[in-house]
Amino acid sequence: MFSRLSTKGIPEYCTSLTGNALLRTDQLTVQFGQQPVLENINLSLKPGRIVTLIGPNGSGKSTLVKALIGAIKPTAGHIVRSRDLKIGYVPQRLHLDPTLPMTVHRFINLPKRHASRDIAEALEQAGAEHLLNAAMNHLSGGQLQRVLLARALLSRPSLLLLDEATQGLDHRGVAEFYQRIEQIRQRSQCAVLMVSHDLHVVMRTADHVICLNRHVCCEGQPEKVAASPQYHALFGDQAASTLAFYRHQHANPQDKEILRHAG
Amino acid sequence: MLDDFLWRAALAGLGVGIAAAPLGCFVVWRRMAYFGDATAHAAILGVALALLWNLSIFAGVMGVALLMAFCVSTLSGRGYAMDTLLGVVAHSALAIGLVAVSFVSGVRIDLHAYLFGDILAVGKIDLAVIWTGAVLVISLMLWRWQALLTATLNEELAYASHINPRREQLVLTVALAIVVAVALKVVGALLIAALLIIPAATARPFSRTPEQMALIAAMIAMAATTGGLRAAYMFDTPTGPTIVSLAAVLFVLAMLVTQSWRFLCQHLSIRGKPASTRRDQ
Repeated sequence: MFSRLSTKGIPEYCTSLTGNALLRTDQLTVQFGQQPVLENINLSLKPGRIVTLIGPNGSGKSTLVKALIGAIKPTAGHIVRSRDLKIGYVPQRLHLDPTLPMTVHRFINLPKRHASRDIAEALEQAGAEHLLNAAMNHLSGGQLQRVLLARALLSRPSLLLLDEATQGLDHRGVAEFYQRIEQIRQRSQCAVLMVSHDLHVVMRTADHVICLNRHVCCEGQPEKVAASPQYHALFGDQAASTLAFYRHQHANPQDKEILRHAG
Repeated sequence: MLDDFLWRAALAGLGVGIAAAPLGCFVVWRRMAYFGDATAHAAILGVALALLWNLSIFAGVMGVALLMAFCVSTLSGRGYAMDTLLGVVAHSALAIGLVAVSFVSGVRIDLHAYLFGDILAVGKIDLAVIWTGAVLVISLMLWRWQALLTATLNEELAYASHINPRREQLVLTVALAIVVAVALKVVGALLIAALLIIPAATARPFSRTPEQMALIAAMIAMAATTGGLRAAYMFDTPTGPTIVSLAAVLFVLAMLVTQSWRFLCQHLSIRGKPASTRRDQ
């Protein structure tokens, strides 16, 4: 009943070709008309790892996410999906037309209906158990995020894709949200790709940071990225140094990964 | 029973109402109100072409409505806004249709009947066409319901669940073309959009889920068509406009009821918790 169309035009290889990665991009390039939006992006998402995508406005973060879910076709390059890939997607925001009546219960049963036990479990994991019968357009920003997360969890994803999911949340809300993601990662061992503006929290939760500005500027472990000149050039020295300071206090002693400069 | 023209008219109205209601909900949710209008206007061109080429009216209208939908959806996003395109296509289709009708020599057509419908002239074959169309539209909606709803909510959510929103848009467009082609004889081109939108808008305040809204809209559409038919018969008024007028009356009544209910609730809740307000002072 549900289609296979979104992966049309993208070669679907078997798991062995993706290594142990759930999803890999190979020289992914997207152009809108003549305008290049993403150039030669290589990334790989592995089970149990949190990868964070940061970058200034217009750097192509959302475009990359849309390409990964199949909403935008790459101009060149490939997206290689493993057979185990099941994407749970949490959009940046959800505009609900007020003419469309929708309860939380109805919403999370789209596009597939789920057993009520699974629904209760997903809502609890997302911290939205009391919202089951609420009307969607009466939810606050934070409540809506938790419902969107619960809906994404219901499909039992092997990859959780969060596109600036903390937009509009206050500091405490953001911290709680990331804590929840961390718990979900530990529990289900799913891969997580987050797009974020919250540089501080990113540094604390991510295993791997990719700094995007049309192409991958720099990537690696959070503290390495924070120290890299490309990162400073992109975000300005002040923002970067606050971050380095913050990260210094929470530094992880087992840093081994080598920073890669692609810029 | 089918030999009585009033029974045929009632059954025709019910068929159109049942098919139009759930589709009308999507038209309202997706803000496609003008799309329904445009398809209906283009239908006149379909009537003219059908008469020129000796086709069945149904085929002509279906063809033109589908053609218009494809034109608009392929042209949109190429420098013109959707509503501009719809405006251009709808009004030029209506105008060209009226010009084309004037070329049809020897055949006298009652254009009035196509603009406002003539439900009392529905024959047995028309009835079969209407109900086939209605069953087709309803099966299409039932089959694609979950996917249509997901695509209506958010395109990216749809893509992530392997649903192609463009294809769902196409499903709606085809269903819309069928309803317009089927309803032309009953309510006429100018009032089809009204029959799509008014029942759905009336149902909104009484529903908590999309399914409730579609069901209530269907009931309102059925009440409006049968009631309007009866009223038109009693007061000797044109039937299509009477049906739509009754739907409009139901809309106003629903609005009055919900507004006064809301007012009452506010009033009562203020009276209901005097203790807390008093403490605040």
